[in-house]
Amino acid sequence: MKRKPRRKVAVIGAGLSLFMRRALETGKELSYYAASQALETAGVRLKDIQAVVMATAPDAFDGVHMKGDWLLDGAGGVRKPYTRAYVGGGSGVFSIISGWTLVASGLFDLVLVVGEEKMSSCQPHPQGAFLTIFDHTIERPLGPNLLWIFSLEQHRYMSSYGIRNEDIALVSVKNKRNALNHPAAQVAANLSVKDVLASDVVAWPVHRLMVSPVSDGAAAIVLAAEHVARRLSEKPVWVQGVGWSLDTSYWGNRDLAYPRYVERAARMAYGMAGISEPRKEIHIAEPYDPFAYKELHHLEGLLLADRGKAPDDLARGRFDRTGELPTCPSGGLMGVGNPIAAAGVMKVCELFWQLRGEAGARQIPGNPERGVAQAWGDLMQIGTVAVLGVH
Amino acid sequence: MAKPARAVRKMDAPPWLALRGSPLSDDEFHGKVSTTSWIPRLEYGWDAGIAISRFLEGLKAGKILGVRCRVCGRTVTPPRAFCELDFRPMDDWVELADTATINTYSICYVTWDLKPLRKPQIPAVVEIDGTTPRVGFLHLIGGVNGSSVEAIRKQLRVGMPVRAVWKKPHQRAGAITDILYFEPVKRHPER
Repeated sequence: MKRKPRRKVAVIGAGLSLFMRRALETGKELSYYAASQALETAGVRLKDIQAVVMATAPDAFDGVHMKGDWLLDGAGGVRKPYTRAYVGGGSGVFSIISGWTLVASGLFDLVLVVGEEKMSSCQPHPQGAFLTIFDHTIERPLGPNLLWIFSLEQHRYMSSYGIRNEDIALVSVKNKRNALNHPAAQVAANLSVKDVLASDVVAWPVHRLMVSPVSDGAAAIVLAAEHVARRLSEKPVWVQGVGWSLDTSYWGNRDLAYPRYVERAARMAYGMAGISEPRKEIHIAEPYDPFAYKELHHLEGLLLADRGKAPDDLARGRFDRTGELPTCPSGGLMGVGNPIAAAGVMKVCELFWQLRGEAGARQIPGNPERGVAQAWGDLMQIGTVAVLGVH
Repeated sequence: MAKPARAVRKMDAPPWLALRGSPLSDDEFHGKVSTTSWIPRLEYGWDAGIAISRFLEGLKAGKILGVRCRVCGRTVTPPRAFCELDFRPMDDWVELADTATINTYSICYVTWDLKPLRKPQIPAVVEIDGTTPRVGFLHLIGGVNGSSVEAIRKQLRVGMPVRAVWKKPHQRAGAITDILYFEPVKRHPER
């Protein structure tokens, strides 16, 4: 980062649709639900919005080529400067970063950010959409599927630090339980570690209940420049720092035990936010948890736990909703659901409500003042990070 | 599975506005949602590129090739035409061993569309001997008995040496599959 941006940017409204296995609604309709709710809670009309950022992951899910443009109407982007932010699973948080650049640069004062995913359309299973992320010459002839890279990474993480699968299953337990209090939740449940490990092995060490579901859903936020935010909102939540970084697509050449690219993204965001001791200065975290181990992996990359030690912290309750550093109090992707790009935006929505003290049954105690949301994706290579706070 | 209902859900939690959405049941989805099945006829003729072409020629000859960067000194495989870190040509070719170390492996019991596999696939990242540490590629592990997690884990561990099992020379096509799989190196070879 060359220079700290001078213009402050705030989140002033947030909205969601339900997260569902299969929705009757089209992607446009889901986007409209979330976007209109975000506008309503921010107290602004669509005509006040000067630009729109849309996050949505592979076109192949919907089977509509260049679906960002197709979804335009539902995102409120008609006749406006409109951008699609797309870095795979990292898109949700990246869309907020994109929206932030539009406001921080001084180009616009009010920007709507919408994340949408409708995975259910893709038959027989949306995993098919991921078959073409592998290299066509040296990987695809081996017949890889998406589960491979997660299970390979989880096993590397476990073997590098002597982590047991029981330690990782606890993430599913925590997040699915947290989601019981989330009104959009698709797969909230009260389970034990035993239940998780009793579910089928899909690709050892990954069990079925360690994988987030296929989901349809949308989420949205409204971003405002400082002078507008102070006029429109009694409790604006400031975007204090953003960061993102990508590592090489030669993923077999990387240390899979540690997400260095997440650390780089986090350091950029923390630097911008003036954070020198993240473990003391961050009160709540929404790390990306499409697979159970990813939450722990990412907490280490975010410098919120020692390398290989996040499972110990989890086991002693540090990441519980009432713990020292609540993580995924929303219920995360493992509990609320994983409509890819919408899930990342949902995490920012959660920070918005938590930091305003409005999270109701999900509210973490102690008046949290600063939180971090993170997403991850592409070929296990991107970290996108946003730090939000009340000051 | 959520109940098929037009119901909006409202709870003691934000957003205070009711959330909208109409979850469909399996029956509704398969019976009432309009479906068009379309098998796109999209065929691609991929070029392997400068570096991978040579790598594939090496495989055909039963060799695993790598390249060394003259700036950072890394030796990597799969080979590439340029060092992605130094942005300089990577043209110092080296022949690597066909032995490797298991960096990580998995035991996969499903196909991409979640159909069960009776005989699991064992994908692995293998670090090819002679490269810079932790440089490997995706391939498969074979030559292990049994199909349960327990049985397979008894025979494999991270850090274990493995050796490429090649197709017979006349069957090789200049493809990554010219290596059938990597198998554990036995301490006391029978042959």
